[in-house]
Amino acid sequence: MTETETSKETNREPIRSSEIDPKFKYELSRMHGSEKILKCFQCGTCTSDCPVARYSDNYRPRQIIRMAQLGLRDRVLNSDTLWLCAACFTCTDRCPQDVEVASVIRVLRNLAAEKGCAPAVFKEQASSVLESGYAYKIPELRVKKRETQGLPPLPKGNPENIRKSLKGVKFIEAVEKTGEPQ
Amino acid sequence: MNSKYLIFLGCAIPYRVSAFEISSRKVLQKLGVELVEMPEFNCCGLPLDPVSHEMMLILAARNLALAEQQGLNIITLCPGCAGTLKKVNKILKEDKTLREQINGHLKESGLEFKGTTTTKHLLQVLIEDVGLEKIKSNIVKPLTMLKVAEHNGCHILRPKEYIGFDDPEDPQTLKTLIEATGATCLDYMDETECCGAPSVGVSDKVALQLARDKLNHVKMVDAEALITICPFCHIMYDTNELRIERMFNEVYGIPVLHYPQLLGLAMGLTSEELAFNELRVNTSKLLKKVAEGAK
Repeated sequence: MTETETSKETNREPIRSSEIDPKFKYELSRMHGSEKILKCFQCGTCTSDCPVARYSDNYRPRQIIRMAQLGLRDRVLNSDTLWLCAACFTCTDRCPQDVEVASVIRVLRNLAAEKGCAPAVFKEQASSVLESGYAYKIPELRVKKRETQGLPPLPKGNPENIRKSLKGVKFIEAVEKTGEPQ
Repeated sequence: MNSKYLIFLGCAIPYRVSAFEISSRKVLQKLGVELVEMPEFNCCGLPLDPVSHEMMLILAARNLALAEQQGLNIITLCPGCAGTLKKVNKILKEDKTLREQINGHLKESGLEFKGTTTTKHLLQVLIEDVGLEKIKSNIVKPLTMLKVAEHNGCHILRPKEYIGFDDPEDPQTLKTLIEATGATCLDYMDETECCGAPSVGVSDKVALQLARDKLNHVKMVDAEALITICPFCHIMYDTNELRIERMFNEVYGIPVLHYPQLLGLAMGLTSEELAFNELRVNTSKLLKKVAEGAK
C-alpha cells in the first residue's frame, strides 16, 4: 500500500451529517483498549511525538481520534492511514490524558479488519500461523542450516491445536473460508 | 540466581536473524544460564494484534500455558515477544472474565492459562538474574578501544504500564551493559526513537526514513558501531543500511551488532563463534581494532 493524495483529500472533505454515527464513540469506550477515548481533548501531543507523522503526509493520530469521536465510522475504518501506526507506543506513554492512543488505533484497525480492510501482509501472517505456528514461512534451508550452526532443532508448531484454539475468531474464520477476508 | 529458562525464539529470529540467537546462546551458556527449548511453539501474537486482539491474546496465552506446564519462566530475545507475553500475562491475571473467555479457547487443545510464569527479555535476565558483577568478572578482553551507540527499540520500553522495566524516556540498562564490556557508550539525538520496522510493507518510505534518521544521528557522534537488542531493529539498520545509503546517496558504514555479540567479544569468544559472518555491514575494521587493542 502506498500513501496517496486520495487519502489526504478524503480526510479533508467536508463532513456530512449523514456520515456521523453519534454512538460510535460510546461503542469504542466499551471496548478493551479504547475505554478512554472520550478523555481526549485534542492537545496534539500524540501527533507531535509520532515518528511516523514526521514522514507521512497523511498519518496524524490526533486526527484519527477526533474522527472517531465525531462518529465518522466509515471514514476512519476505510482510511489507509490507519495502517501506518508503527505501534511504538510513544503516544501512549506521553498522552497527558492517558488515552492509550496506540490501543485506540489498534481497536479501530481490528474493526477495519473485520470489514475486510486489512493490508494483505496480515492475512499472509495469519495463514502462516495456522499452517506452521510461525508468522513467517521459515525456509527449509534455514531450518536445516541450524544444525551446521550448532543450533538445536526449531520447536514445531502444532497446527491442529492452534486451529482448535482459534475457533470462533472472526478474522481467522474469514481467512479460512476464502483464503482472505472478503 | 534463577538460571534455568524456557527459551522463546519468536518468528523473526529463526526466519532471518540467526546471529542474534547464536551469540545469545553462547554468551548465556558461559554465564551459567541454562536454556530449555519450547516443547511446542506458536507466534507470540503481536504481529496479528492489529487485525485481531482476540487472536493475539489466544496465541500469547497458549505459549504462557505451555511454559506453565513446564514449570519454567520464559526468556525471549525479541522485545516484541517479551512485551506481548508480559502484557497478556498481566491482562489475563487481572481480568477474570477475559481469562475465562481465553481459557475457553485454550481448553480445546488441553491447555489452561493460570498466570504462574514470568517472562523476561535477555537484557532483563542479564541485569537482574546474572547481574553486573558476574558479567564484569567474565570480561577477559575489555573493549576499551571502542566507542559505540545503543538502540533499545520500542517494545523493550513501552508501553511502560505493561513493561515496567527501565525508564522509557532515558533508558540506562543497555548502556550499563555495554559499558560493562569496557566500551564507551555515546549519547546521541533521539536515542529512543522507533526504527520504523513495523511500517515496512505498509509504507516503506516512512520506515526507511526513520532508519535513516537513526543512522545519521549515530554517525554524527562518530560511533563505531550501533548495538541493538531486537531482531526487527537489527534488520532495519543492518540488512537495510546499504539500501538506505543507495536511496539517499549517503554513506554510513556503521556495523550493527547484536548486544551479545559485543559482550561475547569481551568475554573472549571469537567473531566466528559469535556469527559475525551473518552480518551485512562489513565489520572487519571494527574487529581489527578490537584485535589490535586487546594485545
